[in-house]
Amino acid sequence: MAERSFAREVEDLRLGAGDVFRGEGILAVTKALLQSGVGYVAGYQGAPISHLMDVLADAQGILGELGVHFESSASEAAAAATLAASVMYPIRGAVTWKSTAGTNVASDALSNLASGGVTGGAVIVIGEDYGEGSSIMQERTHAFAMKSQIWLLDPRPNLESIVSLTEQAFELSEASNTPVMLEVRIRACHVHGSFIAKDNRKPTLSLAEAIENPVRDTGRIVLPPASFVHEQEKIKTRLPAALAFIRARGLNETMPGDIAELGIVLQGGMYNSVMRALKLLGLADVWGATRIALHVLNVTYPLVDDELIAFCAGKQAVLVVEEGQPEFIEQALNTILRRADIQTRIHGKGVLPMAGEYTALVLIEGIRGFIAAAMPGLLAEMHPGPDPRAQLASPAVQSLAPVVPPRPPSFCTGCPERPIFSAMTLVQNELGPHHIAADIGCHLFSINPPFNLGTTTMGYGLGPSSAAAFQVKAKKRTISVMGDGGFWHNGLLNGVGNAVFNKHDGVVVVVDNHYSAATGGQDILSSRATNAARSTQHPIEDAVRGVGAKWVRRIDRTYDVATMRDTLHEALTTAEPGPKIIIASSECMLNRQRRERPLFNAAVKRGERQVKPRFGVDEDICTGDHACIRLSGCPSLSVKDSGDPLKQDPIATIDNSCVGCGNCGEVSEAAVLCPSFYRADIVHNPTQWDLLKARLRRAVIGFLQRRRDTGRLVLA
Amino acid sequence: MNTHPDRQGIDRPITIAIMAMGGQGGGVLADWIVALAEHGGWVAQTTSVPGVAQRTGATIYYVELIRPQQRNSRPVLSLMPVPGDVDIVIAAELMEAGRAIQRGLISPDKTTLIASSHRSLAVVEKASPGDGRADSAAVLHTAGATALRFIHADMQSMAEAQGSVISAALFGALAGSGTLPFPREAFEDTIRAAGVGVNPSLRAFAAGHATVGSPEPQAAAAAAILAPARPPPPIPATMQGGSAAERAELARALHRVAADFPAEAAPMLHAGLRRLVDYQSIAYAHAYLDRIAPFAAIDSTPGHELTLEAARHIAVAMSYDDVIRVADLKTRGARFARVRSDVLATQDHLVETTEFMHPRVQEICATLPARLGLYVETSPRLCGVLKRLFEHPRRIRTTTLHGFIPLYILASLKPWRPRLLRHQRETAHIDIWLALAGAQSDQRLATELIKCRRLIKGYSDTHSRGQSKFDKVISALPLLAGRGDAADWIRRLRDAALADEAGVMLDGALRTVATL
Repeated sequence: MAERSFAREVEDLRLGAGDVFRGEGILAVTKALLQSGVGYVAGYQGAPISHLMDVLADAQGILGELGVHFESSASEAAAAATLAASVMYPIRGAVTWKSTAGTNVASDALSNLASGGVTGGAVIVIGEDYGEGSSIMQERTHAFAMKSQIWLLDPRPNLESIVSLTEQAFELSEASNTPVMLEVRIRACHVHGSFIAKDNRKPTLSLAEAIENPVRDTGRIVLPPASFVHEQEKIKTRLPAALAFIRARGLNETMPGDIAELGIVLQGGMYNSVMRALKLLGLADVWGATRIALHVLNVTYPLVDDELIAFCAGKQAVLVVEEGQPEFIEQALNTILRRADIQTRIHGKGVLPMAGEYTALVLIEGIRGFIAAAMPGLLAEMHPGPDPRAQLASPAVQSLAPVVPPRPPSFCTGCPERPIFSAMTLVQNELGPHHIAADIGCHLFSINPPFNLGTTTMGYGLGPSSAAAFQVKAKKRTISVMGDGGFWHNGLLNGVGNAVFNKHDGVVVVVDNHYSAATGGQDILSSRATNAARSTQHPIEDAVRGVGAKWVRRIDRTYDVATMRDTLHEALTTAEPGPKIIIASSECMLNRQRRERPLFNAAVKRGERQVKPRFGVDEDICTGDHACIRLSGCPSLSVKDSGDPLKQDPIATIDNSCVGCGNCGEVSEAAVLCPSFYRADIVHNPTQWDLLKARLRRAVIGFLQRRRDTGRLVLA
Repeated sequence: MNTHPDRQGIDRPITIAIMAMGGQGGGVLADWIVALAEHGGWVAQTTSVPGVAQRTGATIYYVELIRPQQRNSRPVLSLMPVPGDVDIVIAAELMEAGRAIQRGLISPDKTTLIASSHRSLAVVEKASPGDGRADSAAVLHTAGATALRFIHADMQSMAEAQGSVISAALFGALAGSGTLPFPREAFEDTIRAAGVGVNPSLRAFAAGHATVGSPEPQAAAAAAILAPARPPPPIPATMQGGSAAERAELARALHRVAADFPAEAAPMLHAGLRRLVDYQSIAYAHAYLDRIAPFAAIDSTPGHELTLEAARHIAVAMSYDDVIRVADLKTRGARFARVRSDVLATQDHLVETTEFMHPRVQEICATLPARLGLYVETSPRLCGVLKRLFEHPRRIRTTTLHGFIPLYILASLKPWRPRLLRHQRETAHIDIWLALAGAQSDQRLATELIKCRRLIKGYSDTHSRGQSKFDKVISALPLLAGRGDAADWIRRLRDAALADEAGVMLDGALRTVATL
């Protein structure tokens, strides 16, 4: 584990009735789970829900007191399968992951879970990674909910609504024997707000009590004929029960408006943006009053027909605000109104874009378009709303287009993955370009400058499998990459096992940075650290050999660029059959520095001898060709004016954020670049022996230097 | 619902967008603003989309603040900035300020832009073989023209000088801007309450605060951007060291510069003399002037550009980087002092320096007397032996005697340099190059050919690649013979050669030239 502490956040989980909780949306969900008497929580880390996992991983004390079992699942599939505990037993369970990536992985278990149904409340906290800041393919979880018949909650993005919906999700699940998804968008996960806490509740039936008194009912097992019965149950029993619950609890909200002719039906998650758009158009205020009535779907699946009919009836036109595609809700609403013979005109994707995030600016345009079509007389009463288009088209702003450089994410200062791709670049310089199958993880930043390596990415741990078709006789081999996170998630079987079984000939690079670094440093099977709550230190090397890989090389210091390069070279050229597995292993520098820097500083403060390496560039030796940067891209390695009129191009420089990883020196050595780089080992609290040696050396070196300096003719 | 015009902070929230790069502490700044507002009894909401952008990418934090009307009233706040409706934009880096403008977050009627004018270069800017740095002045101009108020200074240096981080200086500038209805003490109390690095943060806060209202830091930052520091060498020059005879010869060289060369070229010629006296000898420096003299004699280019560029590029060509030069530079006392200051070592620290060298057979042969070098170079057997003996990475600790002394001895080979293989090769190349330039009746073309020398830089493979690009550009000359725009084509080819390492642009440009 990266040894980050979430102690403060854990304290927030202890808040009792009446206390004010202040914090992030996803932590509010975490607290709400405990307030709901959840019996177990599982999940797979990933933005934007990582903090739920991280905080619970640090909250063993509270979890122990409440009797809550917490698992860091091997994958979302494992997490989803965990909900099986709620099938037969009245125990509430929650799982979480990033969606739709995680939902894809989990879908087998989810389908089975949804088929048999649940007894205890089963809630799936979905971090909906759609729109700006997302790191995955742009899709909706909505389709999954519909196809498996899992209820989908989409709360208004404020902490009170999110917490209230989380609690009621369990009740809805129990009332309708159906798992429930709680969809929380990226910004809502990260929003800072507050709510009034309640006491945490212990589960009514403990997991131990359940397994000591097992219960079974073959009617809940997904096998014919029960599976056919499930399909009928879903429609005949569970759906009506859910609709009744949603109606009774008023989970969907209607906000009245004085303009009787119009209305807006919106996903709960869109509420704040719609309100801001209405406010900027002069149709709402910041305290929640609106002139156009809103019907807020905090439950986006299933839709409650009669509520929608009641809202739409009597209105001339209703706008559906539904982010993402296709327009499931809009289509459904049209059908509902058609069946009820209600003539209200439905607008939706006609005035709003079919795809992409609904920002306030997009919504302003859409709402204006809706009003222009449905009630043009109202336009005169409205504010124009902000419109930066003219300004953005101005020559002054346009002149910035070629100036402002893109700044895609990249490897951090000192990242141990950088030298892997430096080495890969060097090998390609020698052996020509190769097909490189990339994977999910920080290593995917190799596709960006300066490396520009990698062709496809097909899913977590699927790098090697995505090169499967190319395992044919050819003059070149494929290179595929995956991280340790991807390896344990999927890659061991679908990547390495598949490659061994199908006698692949390609090269597989497993980037092992000692834990799941990209998602925040969570432990996995091969983590190097000991973890009291988990079993770690299971080497990746043992695993790949265990599934039959023969050509396996482990490099325990990726910064050794020459070895990295030579190993890749060997893997690409060896006559040995079968997949060539390279395990490139060094700890994530971001997390390592978070852990080590305070320790280092404390040791220096105590007066202990400590050595801090960092790199530098001799400015009079650097010629400003920037070859080093093209093989590195390190944030601490930059360029500056040479200050010498003879050198026109800027020269390389290393700033004080350098962590002394050694990549610069190793690359300039391996690529035979230039002798400008030096490593400076800064010795804090030197010993007497250090000082004596230094004094002697300085005497001799200083003498020689002065001797040469006096003879040297200098024009100043 | 209210019908009167919006009052900021009452009917509409104060909206703040923070543009930062991952790892810059944009989140800390956002949290401070929230704590400040909540402590003042306001409702605050912040959100962000860090995602993968936390790995050095551009990222944005968004804050809204509003004063509650009555107890328990709950505002509906936005989770993202609305272009055209942002009151304050804080940019933790100059290009991020530019990005905020491009996103429409800066409105002339509304937005106070507080930006740090320092640059953190993007990879594409750094990786260019030439100078790929973005034009800071363009952002500065546009920001000034686009924002209602534009407050900027190098907040990064300001914070570093106080041992703190940029968020503290930006927080200070925010307080100083007066855009938030909280007193300075409330800001400072927020930093104190956060309890991390309080005193340095308060000093950086004060420095940031002082940038607002006092024109100096802003003017200094603007001046640094608009006129990058390229100090002309001071004239008159002073001499140190060497023998009396050497100093007399140097005086004569300075006199030659004054008497025989245009005044516009004097600073560059001084720089050249300084470099070559240091590189080899005063006699070598005179040879340098001899090489420029023919160009100066005929120079009728505006601003004596031909002489000026000859002075620049001949100096660089004549001071080619060989192992003797590298050994000399690495072993100097001044260099030891510079390393200590570059790595911020104090008196209490010892600094040990390790150099990364990778001598190749080519370099070894080049450092042998010319005939011997050639003989070895053409003997595969000897090359093989040398390769086995010497050609592997060497880490030389120059702060130890057994690391320092071999380099010191290598540097002492300087007097023999003119007889070595490398020197003969470089000299031959310079002669061909200058003869080619000198043969042109078109002085603009001659100037452009002189400037092509910029392509040759770096060591080993990089150097060879530069050389081959140089050769390719020069190879277009016959195709351009007699054309009035030959100079422009050579300039275009050179710019293309500097655009990418592999020379893709150059090859394309050469194909175009072939069709002329």
